[in-house]
Amino acid sequence: MIEIVSADRCVKCDLCVEACPDNVFDAVADGIPVIARQSDCQTCFLCELFCPTDALYVSPFSDAIEGASEADLIARGVMGSFRREMGWKNAKPRGTSGDLSYRIFETGRIIP
Amino acid sequence: MLNKIEKAETDVLVIGGGPAGCWAAWNAVSAGMSVILIDKGYVGTSGATAAGNTTTIYTKRGTAERAATVDQRLRLGQGFAEQAVVETVLDRTVENLDLLAHWGYPFPTYEDGRPYRGMLRGPDYLRFMRQKLIKARVKILDHCPAEELLLSDGVVAGAIARYRRGGEALAIHAGAVVIASGGCAFLSGALGTNNLTGDGYLMAAEAGATLSGMEFSAQYGISPAYSSVTKGVVYFWGTFTNEAGDVLGEAGDRQSAVAQELIKGSVYAVLDKAPPRLQEGFRRGQPNIFVPFDRLGIDPFTERFPITLRHEGTVRGTGGLKIDARAGTTVPGLFAAGDAATRQAMSGATTGGGGPNSSWAMATGSWAGEDAAAFVKALGPLWRSRTVHRVSAVAASDRGEANDTVADVTDIVKQQILPVDRGFFRTAETLTAASQSLNALWADETWRSRRNARVREAEALIATARWVTESALLRRESRGLQRRLDHPEQNSALRKAIDTGGTDHIWTSYVSLSPQRMSHAS
Ligand SMILES: Cc1cc2nc3c(=O)[nH]c(=O)nc-3n(C[C@H](O)[C@H](O)[C@H](O)COP(=O)(O)OP(=O)(O)OC[C@H]3O[C@@H](n4cnc5c(N)ncnc54)[C@H](O)[C@@H]3O)c2cc1C
Ligand code: SF4
Ligand code: SF4
Repeated sequence: MIEIVSADRCVKCDLCVEACPDNVFDAVADGIPVIARQSDCQTCFLCELFCPTDALYVSPFSDAIEGASEADLIARGVMGSFRREMGWKNAKPRGTSGDLSYRIFETGRIIP
Repeated sequence: MLNKIEKAETDVLVIGGGPAGCWAAWNAVSAGMSVILIDKGYVGTSGATAAGNTTTIYTKRGTAERAATVDQRLRLGQGFAEQAVVETVLDRTVENLDLLAHWGYPFPTYEDGRPYRGMLRGPDYLRFMRQKLIKARVKILDHCPAEELLLSDGVVAGAIARYRRGGEALAIHAGAVVIASGGCAFLSGALGTNNLTGDGYLMAAEAGATLSGMEFSAQYGISPAYSSVTKGVVYFWGTFTNEAGDVLGEAGDRQSAVAQELIKGSVYAVLDKAPPRLQEGFRRGQPNIFVPFDRLGIDPFTERFPITLRHEGTVRGTGGLKIDARAGTTVPGLFAAGDAATRQAMSGATTGGGGPNSSWAMATGSWAGEDAAAFVKALGPLWRSRTVHRVSAVAASDRGEANDTVADVTDIVKQQILPVDRGFFRTAETLTAASQSLNALWADETWRSRRNARVREAEALIATARWVTESALLRRESRGLQRRLDHPEQNSALRKAIDTGGTDHIWTSYVSLSPQRMSHAS
């Protein structure tokens, strides 16, 4: 579930508020978004793609609170890791053409 | 601002903005229609494709690759997949994928430089479609779930929706409506399925539509036990073990072996059969698979991790609204596409994950958009002045706070469907108990004296669970995703579809497969 909106990093663009499919965040006038409905989070990690400053952390635990600390996540290079792997920049996909998924099918073990 | 209007009018209304809805909207707007596309979440991140990524099928008719995919479909479909349908769906898929390439979608390439069009990364694909639709002047309304259909003389004429944020209701009058609201995974927590609660099935059934194949819905995806990520493809290269370390299901149906063991205790997986080249392919293709591992410091290729099975219902199962050879439902003015429609003719009794479903969403979405446009043109301009009424008698304007019992109601529904020993394996006994409990919930008015989005979702979950349960009770055999412990064999006399429908009174009935279908399947 979504756990962290980093006050240090967030630039209050509210892109995450708009893009979250489960309406988890509330926008706050002159403030950073709040996680208003955490239990509605479907742990899809997609808000991380839209955040231009890697200010969000979605824990991989879908039914429990991880209690991760921002300092630790930064130290481990986790903030924004999914966005980097997907090649998104400034809320836009820039990594589509680097997809190597065709290798899944080249041995013929499964066919689509 | 659009957000403030209480009434809107459009030639074609599309409900749900996953791939099926996006292709429906594109094809309707291309036919000269005005189009409104509404989504419960956000068009681009909501639904199963957005979060999941989809393998799709790019094979040209007459090639060996095409023959292999069609043969596989007919074999796995266990008597229900229809060759002619599979071929036309795949033809349309190739057309749409080529169109995407023509528009400049940055498809990856093989190492030798040939284009690779067999994979659509969910958020990349759907953001691209969103931009395309906005440029084509499709009006997209995010965070605005449809609640109920509008009718005019038995013809579908629009829908009532409600903004999730402000709560304002919106009456959209339309010449035709496309339901593309996805399948129903009963809030199991499977990846990307939270908004997929069967709303479209309920809206359509209230208007008199028929559903089909709802018993072929006991589909479960494997995920790490703590995680939502039901990305099944990696497990083809996995080894499953129980607590003691015994290897499960080397032969036969591995998923059933995992399911049986999960009833007894913990099950683990390690992806030890994936060679390094494939590991890199997975990592650079499907990063979402690895988020749950990397963030916990697990190397899934060498360390075993606990897994579970999460229900995916009709998202990767095959039941849904009954449609004709394209996308017309049994109610005039109403079209259905993607997971909202039954995929029996495409995937038969088995899961359509891994390529068929995304192809189906593209093809049926396109047909729904085209046929909705043709329907509106045939109505002529007078449709705008027809009188419309709501399907249900309940006042949709009542939007008091949900009373606390709605969450309890939802939990009861989940208990009937999700547990492996009720949902994966079925018996007359468990199904009858589920039927009684669900009927009682539906008849109980106390928990839904006030109407709002949560109550409506709960109603859709109960209705869908009832169609699933009654259809599963009627099919006294095991076939594909219908596993009856009390009827473990397949019965060739039951190679017939089960139609269902109704809300207060649920009906089910065996119907023969179409003559065309009979001649194609063995
Ligand atoms: C983890 C996972 C992996 C998958 N991988 C593959 C694969 O590799 N290959 C393959 O072929 N298939 C795959 N599938 C299946 C595939 O994702 C679906 O078949 C496909 O997304 C169907 O498209 P759709 O547009 O019908 O539905 P969806 O993509 O689910 O979209 C439905 C939309 O309707 C909206 N909606 C719901 N209710 C309402 C309402 N009341 N009002 C307005 N909008 C509403 C939702 O918010 C959502 O945006 C996978 C599924 C999962 C869960
Ligand atoms: S992980 Fe998905 S559901 Fe959760 S807050 Fe982010 S976008 Fe919303
Ligand atoms: S997307 Fe990132 S920067 Fe923008 S409001 Fe959300 S957390 Fe802040």
